[in-house]
Amino acid sequence: MTHNRAAGFLLSAFFCTFGPWMIFSGAFGQARDARRSADARAQGLAAWEQVYSVLTHPRCINCHTATNYPQQGDDRRRHAANVVRGPEGKGVPGLNCASCHQEANADSTGVPGGHNWHLAPLSMKWQDLDGKPLSSAMVCRSITNRSKNHNLDGPGLLKHHEDEALVRWAWQPGRRPDGAMRTLPPLTHAEFVDATRRWVEAGAPCPPLR
Amino acid sequence: MATYQLNVNGERREVTVDPSTPLLWVLREDLKMTGTKYGCGVSACGACTVHVAGVATRSCVLPISLVGERPVVTIEGIGHDPVGRAVQDAWVEKDVVQCGYCQSGQIMCAVALLKHTPKPTDANIEQSMGGNLCRCGTYVRIREAIKTAAERLK
Repeated sequence: MTHNRAAGFLLSAFFCTFGPWMIFSGAFGQARDARRSADARAQGLAAWEQVYSVLTHPRCINCHTATNYPQQGDDRRRHAANVVRGPEGKGVPGLNCASCHQEANADSTGVPGGHNWHLAPLSMKWQDLDGKPLSSAMVCRSITNRSKNHNLDGPGLLKHHEDEALVRWAWQPGRRPDGAMRTLPPLTHAEFVDATRRWVEAGAPCPPLR
Repeated sequence: MATYQLNVNGERREVTVDPSTPLLWVLREDLKMTGTKYGCGVSACGACTVHVAGVATRSCVLPISLVGERPVVTIEGIGHDPVGRAVQDAWVEKDVVQCGYCQSGQIMCAVALLKHTPKPTDANIEQSMGGNLCRCGTYVRIREAIKTAAERLK
């Protein structure tokens, strides 16, 4: 009996002494975790905005169209010569992308080229039907939707940005027919890949739809 | 200057030219094969169309340095192909040609279409031939000839 009372007294004393600390430290831990999570999301969103600035550059959006044809130039005008998308995004027999676009840039004639030249699928359009770039939130939702993006997860998206030949072409776009160099996206390829990595590591967050 | 070994209409040909020279000018100036025409020089009209590895290709914008080992077929050689022969026969039957300047490119493009799409619809024809311009306006006869060739090839 005496032992039980002593044990109860000790237990009460323990909780009186350490209970508030335990409660407060738990709450502080949760708050700290929430703050870290918010910080990571904010950093991920900042990285995403860098990625978005590249995706909507003419070098990318000209092939990520919402149209039945590619676009060309920094003004994103309709592609010359009545070129159409075709069933696989590679034009049609007799007027394929490969009818002009070779495996490498043809600087002497001003025709850009790269491996497997083709349009992105319509599910990966970065513009609306009026030709305006989609919002950051909308592009983010498209690019992270595995039913639209050829089932790419975060590491898959990172690999696409790092290794895909036509993505890499955007930083080696060659000369225009007038001899001038084509403009480059706002980040270097290394910066683009780094931003993609930071965004993916933050859980690939997307800005809220407005 | 550089020397290139080309496969043109099944024959090995050697040319020594500047690497930036378009295939069109190698064909016309160096190999004296003038059936392929110069129209716009910027791949906008289709008059210079040849086949490179079976793909209808605008030879005016293709530097010789990018041709590589791929076989080239021109209007001079397309008649040896059954589809090419059928298209040329249909062209004659339908009396397609007016001035004729664009027609070698039109035929090369039509052959590429029929090899991939043996029974083309009007929409198929319009899309595939949409990059080949004809200032004489022979488009209606071109469409008829393509359909005639498709019938013959059944």
